[in-house]
Amino acid sequence: MTALLDIEGLTKAYPGVVANQDVSFRVQPGEVHALLGENGAGKSTLVKMIYGLVKPDRGTMRLNGAPYAPAEPRAARALGVAMVFQHFSLFEALNVAENIALGMENPPRARDLAARIAAVSETYGLPLDPFRMMGELSAGERQRVEIIRCLLQDPKLLIMDEPTSVLTPQEVEILFHTLRKLAAEGTAILYISHKLEEIRALCDTATILRLGQKVATCTPREVSAAHMAELMVGKSLSVPAREDHTPGAVLLAVSGLSVAAATPFGTTLRDLSFEVRAGEVLGIGGVAGNGQDEVLAVLSGETPTDPGAIMLQGAPVGALGPNARRGLGLLCAPEERLGHAAAPDMSLTENALLTGRLRQGLETGGFVDWAKTRGFAQDIIARFDVRTPGPWVAARALSGGNLQKFVIGREILQDPKVLVVNQPTWGVDASAAAAIRQALLDLAQGGAAVIVISQDLDELLEISDRFCALNDGRLSAPRPARGLGMEDVGLMLGGAHGMHEARV
Amino acid sequence: MIVLEKRAEPSRAWGAGGPILAVVLTMLAGGVMFAALGIDPVEAIRIIFWDPLFSERFAGYSRPQLLVKAGPLILIAIGLSMGFRAGIWNIGAEGQYIVGAICGAAFGLAFYPSENPLIFPGMVIAGVAGGVAWAMIPALLKVYARTNEILVSLLLVYVAEAMLASAATGWLRNPEGSGFPGSRNLARHPGTDNPELFAGTGMHWGVLAAFVAVIVAYVIMTRHLLGYQIRLAGQAPRAARFGGVNPARLVILCMGISGALAGAAGVFEVSGPAARISIDFNVGYGFTAIIVAFLGRLNPIGILLAGLLMALTFIGGELAQLMLGVPAPAIQAFQGMLLFFLLALDVLANYRVRIKRKVAA
Repeated sequence: MTALLDIEGLTKAYPGVVANQDVSFRVQPGEVHALLGENGAGKSTLVKMIYGLVKPDRGTMRLNGAPYAPAEPRAARALGVAMVFQHFSLFEALNVAENIALGMENPPRARDLAARIAAVSETYGLPLDPFRMMGELSAGERQRVEIIRCLLQDPKLLIMDEPTSVLTPQEVEILFHTLRKLAAEGTAILYISHKLEEIRALCDTATILRLGQKVATCTPREVSAAHMAELMVGKSLSVPAREDHTPGAVLLAVSGLSVAAATPFGTTLRDLSFEVRAGEVLGIGGVAGNGQDEVLAVLSGETPTDPGAIMLQGAPVGALGPNARRGLGLLCAPEERLGHAAAPDMSLTENALLTGRLRQGLETGGFVDWAKTRGFAQDIIARFDVRTPGPWVAARALSGGNLQKFVIGREILQDPKVLVVNQPTWGVDASAAAAIRQALLDLAQGGAAVIVISQDLDELLEISDRFCALNDGRLSAPRPARGLGMEDVGLMLGGAHGMHEARV
Repeated sequence: MIVLEKRAEPSRAWGAGGPILAVVLTMLAGGVMFAALGIDPVEAIRIIFWDPLFSERFAGYSRPQLLVKAGPLILIAIGLSMGFRAGIWNIGAEGQYIVGAICGAAFGLAFYPSENPLIFPGMVIAGVAGGVAWAMIPALLKVYARTNEILVSLLLVYVAEAMLASAATGWLRNPEGSGFPGSRNLARHPGTDNPELFAGTGMHWGVLAAFVAVIVAYVIMTRHLLGYQIRLAGQAPRAARFGGVNPARLVILCMGISGALAGAAGVFEVSGPAARISIDFNVGYGFTAIIVAFLGRLNPIGILLAGLLMALTFIGGELAQLMLGVPAPAIQAFQGMLLFFLLALDVLANYRVRIKRKVAA
C-alpha cells in the first residue's frame, strides 16, 4: 500500500540551529499519527514544511506516491493538506460563516455555506451555529470553526498543532470523537502534542523527535507514557516526590473578593474565597482567559482591593502594594516572563533586584548594593541550574525555560511564607519543568503555602494538595486533589460552553 | 536583501566608536557639499571644528562661548533624559525654561535696586519653582485626567511665550528704558547678576550647575534605586508595577526634575548671557536640548559630550558664515548630517546588519 505522505531525509537549518535533520517517516491513510517532542524539538518546523510555509533545505516528500513540494500553503491545500494552528486567525467582529468564507478560494453564497457548515458540524459532532459572532465563542468553539474550515476542503491529511492546549477535558473528548470519525473515513491526521496520555488515547503511531532528529517510532498504545517521555527527553524523568504531611495554620485567606475588570478584555473576579495553609499546595486550574492574570495581580498587590479581602497570617494586606506584601512574605511569579516577571533588556543582576530588594537587603539608604545584588543573582543561577554565561546577560537572551527557572528561583530563594505562581512550567522543557515542580514541593515541605495557577491539569493534579477551578472569574470550592479524576476536573472547570455533542 | 538583526546585547565597540566615525563621515559628506558650493572644504571644516577652540584670532571670543552655549543645553537635557528613560515625554522644556526665567527675573527685580547677596540665590530658587510649577501642569493632568503629556507640555510652550511677551512689554519692562521692550539689565546689576566665574572661560553658575547635574544624574542612574526604577518603568512598565514602582509618583518626580533644571537654566541665562527678559531672549535651548538628550543616548556623560559638540557646531557654523560666506542653510544641512550619522551609526550598536540572499521560490 502506498503511504499517503512519505517523508524522506527532510533537513532544515536556521542560522545557528538545525531545526530538522534527516527526518523520515510515513503517514498511512486513515492513520492518526502523533508527532511528539519537547519544545524546540523541531515539530513545528517539520509541519510547516509539509504545509508549504517553510522550504526544506534537503530531502523529499511524496503525497500519494507523487512528488510533493508545496511552494505555499495554498498549493498544499489544493492537494488536500489542511492545518489547524495553535493560534487561531479569526475575526471577532464577524460571524462563523463569514470567517469561514474569508479563508476560502471561491466562497459559495452565504446561505449555501451556512447549510454546509451545519451539515459538517452535525456529521462530525462539532456543535456550531454558523450565525454566531466569533467574539462570543469560547476557545473550544473557535477551534471548531478552524476545524470545520479545514473539513470543508475535504482534506486527505489534517495537521493539528497542539489542539488540546486550550480545551477543557470534555471539549477534548468531543475533539477526539471527531478525529476518530475522520480517521475511520480514511483521512489521515498528523497530531502534534507533548501530552503523552492524549497520544496514547488517540494515536495509532507516534514519531518522536528530539533536537531536530527522529529518535523513535512507536505504537503509543503498546508502550508506557514514561517510556515515551524518556525517548522524548533522552533521559529518565524524576516524578516529583513528596512526603505525606498534615497542613499547618492558615497563612493566606481570601474572602468575598470581587474586582471589576480593568480593561474591556479583562475578566471580572467574582466573589473569590479560599485559604491556603502552611505546607500546602493549592492548585487553581482553568482555561486561559478566565481570570488567571487578574488573580495573580490581586494577590501580588498590583491591583489593590479592600484591606480585609486578603488576610496574610491574620493581617489585612488587600490595600498594600507589591513591596509591602513582599516585606510580609507574600511573593508572586507572574506568567509573562518577559515584560512582567522580568525586564527583557535588563541583566539578570538587575532583574534580581526587581523583587529581591527588600527581603535580600539589596539597598541601603536608597542606594543599590550592586555587589550584593550580583551575588544574589549568581546564587539563583547556581541553585536553580540556570544555563547562562553569567549574571550580566540580558534576560531576553535566555531561553524561556532558563528564564523561568530564574524567575521562580528568585522568589523561592527569598524564603516566602506564601508563594503564588502563574503557569510555572509554561513553555519549559520537561526536565526543567520537573525541577521547578520539585522546587515548589520542597518549598511547601519547608512550611510555606504555595498557590499554583496553571492550565496544565496533569501538572496541577501531580503537585496540588487541593484543587479548585477558575471559570469566568469565579472560583469553585477547593477539593482534595488526590483521587480527583479528569472527569471531575472537567466538571469543575465548568466547561459550560456547549460541551455536549450535537445530537443529531 | 539587507536585514537588521537585534543583538542579544548592545555592542560596546560600536557604542564607543560610532560617534567618532559619525564625525569623520560628517566631515567627508560635508566636505563634498562645501566643495560643490565652491568653498574650500578643508578650510570650512577647520573653521567649524578647529578654529572656535584653537585659532588665535577667534578663540579668545569663541572658546568661552562653547561653555555658555553648552551649559543650558546640558542642564536641560539632563533633566529631560531622566523622564525620557522612564517613558515620560516632556517636550515642553522650552516653556519651563521661559517661566523659570520670568520667575527668577521677577524675584530679582522686585528687590531692585538692592544689592543683597541673597537675592541671586533667591532668584535661582524662584526660577526652579517656576519651572517645576509649569511642568506640574502636564504631570498632574497626566496622572489625574490621563491626558497626553507630550501635547500638554508642548502647547504650554506657546502659553509661556505669550507670558514672556507680556512680561517684556508690560509688567517687567524697564521703567527707564524709554519705552523699549525688555526688562532692566540683570547681568550688569550686582545682586542679580550671574557673572563669569573665571575670566575668559565662559564658566558661569549655570555651567557649574550643569556639570554638577551631570555627576548627580550619573550617580542616580547607576547607583540609586530611583535610577533603577526610572529605567525599569521605561523598558518594562508592567514589570515596574510588579516591582512596586508607583507610576503616578514617577511621572510627577520626573516631570518635576526636568522642570526644575529647565527653570534653573532659564534663570542662569536671563541673569547672565542674555542679561535681560526680552521678547526673544530664549533661543530654543529647550527644544535643542531634546536633540542633545537623544544624541547623548540619554546617558549623562553622553549628554555632556553631545552638548559640547552641539555648541561647537553652532559656534563654528556662525564663524564659517562670517569668514567664508557659507550660506546659513548649508550650515544647517551640515549640522543635520552630523545628527544623521550619529543616529544612523547608533543603530549598529543595537543591531547587526546581515545580507540575506533571497531564496528562489
